[in-house]
Amino acid sequence: MDTTVEKKYKFGMVINLDKCNGCGACAVACAIENNVPPAVQKMNKRNGLTWLTISTVSNNEQYPQSETVFVPMFCQQCEKETPCMTVCPQNAVDVDPTTGIVGQVPQRCLGCRYCMTACPYHARYFNWWDPEWTDGMKQQLNPDVAPRMRGVVEKCNFCHSRLHSAKDKAATLGNREINPADYIPACVESCPNKAITFGDLNDTTAPITSLASNSNSFRFLSRLGTEPKVYYHSKKHWVRAMAEKAQTRSRQADGIAEEEFHG
Amino acid sequence: MKPYLVLIAGILFGAIIGWFAFPAILYHSSDQPLHFSHNTHTGESGGMACTDCHTTNETGRFQGIPSVIKCAECHASPIGESVSEKQLVEHYITPNVEIPWLVYSRQPDNAYFPHAAHVTLGKMKCEDCHGPHGSSDTLRIHYTNRISGYSRDVWGANISGFSSNRWEGMKMDKCVRCHGDNNRRDGCVSCHK
Repeated sequence: MDTTVEKKYKFGMVINLDKCNGCGACAVACAIENNVPPAVQKMNKRNGLTWLTISTVSNNEQYPQSETVFVPMFCQQCEKETPCMTVCPQNAVDVDPTTGIVGQVPQRCLGCRYCMTACPYHARYFNWWDPEWTDGMKQQLNPDVAPRMRGVVEKCNFCHSRLHSAKDKAATLGNREINPADYIPACVESCPNKAITFGDLNDTTAPITSLASNSNSFRFLSRLGTEPKVYYHSKKHWVRAMAEKAQTRSRQADGIAEEEFHG
Repeated sequence: MKPYLVLIAGILFGAIIGWFAFPAILYHSSDQPLHFSHNTHTGESGGMACTDCHTTNETGRFQGIPSVIKCAECHASPIGESVSEKQLVEHYITPNVEIPWLVYSRQPDNAYFPHAAHVTLGKMKCEDCHGPHGSSDTLRIHYTNRISGYSRDVWGANISGFSSNRWEGMKMDKCVRCHGDNNRRDGCVSCHK
């Protein structure tokens, strides 16, 4: 299914891996902004809710040639043949025809997790447990994001509630176009190194457009042809080369002991 | 007795139960905490507009029902003779306690409805969705769905779901129909959060 219709906006992101130091501020900001519940005791890396994960990738060289980069990984907002949308039997996933954002409506989701299987980036997460917040944390819940219930899938949607707020602000002033400065996802805002650039890829004057077309920018698994709207940027050749390597995951690599996974 | 007569009688009985008894069981009715007449405020004597009290703040967020601070701008002390005004001043304005209004149009958590986009940009009138609420003399009984907890206004007063008035019912199909008529192209997350 081709979803590349003419869009008003085409929101995207460029992450400069040379600037990322893996501090995790983006992951924390993401969870707080989007009312992601805290982990329950049984959670591990495979069944927890982490809209944004940060992986460590090394070039496997000996010192002094050894190098490591941190790769923030979340929904890559596939533009074409969006795998999760194509497989969803419930129409719970769609590509917004005006913004290009891949949206998820948890209330429609039946929890089959077919989208999680289809996603090449492992960027979707299933609610295995009822979300529970402590009383103090309940006070901090974001009223602009609806919490999800047990049994549904959720994922990054470029902090869509912030786009709602930006649209509200513009509409009050009588504008149909948002001010780009009003729509910045939480991860972008929280990054202390300013490693993430966010903006409208259709806007030729925006800094993101030149950055995305830079020869040092790349997308993960672009050979699949899903045209993700999240770009990564690095001046190091080995980092760019890893983007096309097939992702293999093992329980050992995830740090999960066999008995823990089954228990 | 002929079997088809029993069948028809059964269907009729079921329909009557479904039509009259079911809504009575499904909805819990409650009165508003205070008598309030919109007409007194918006009519000839008051001359106020809806937006004088139901405002949008500078970030575009609709404020809904105003707080007692807004009421206190005029009613710091009673300006009339009515009992309800006296109650307002004594029980709410003087001790600065918010009135626990029951909201007719409260939507589920995951619905996002921007008033600014519809009123400022779309030039819609309040009455288009809220009906003649602004010129009513009394506040209606608030019916709460015992299962979902939502107001009956979300479904609409008519249990069949059909109505000739545009403002009856605030379900998603109403939104979708109007957006479709106006050639709006939306994704799910345009109106869901």
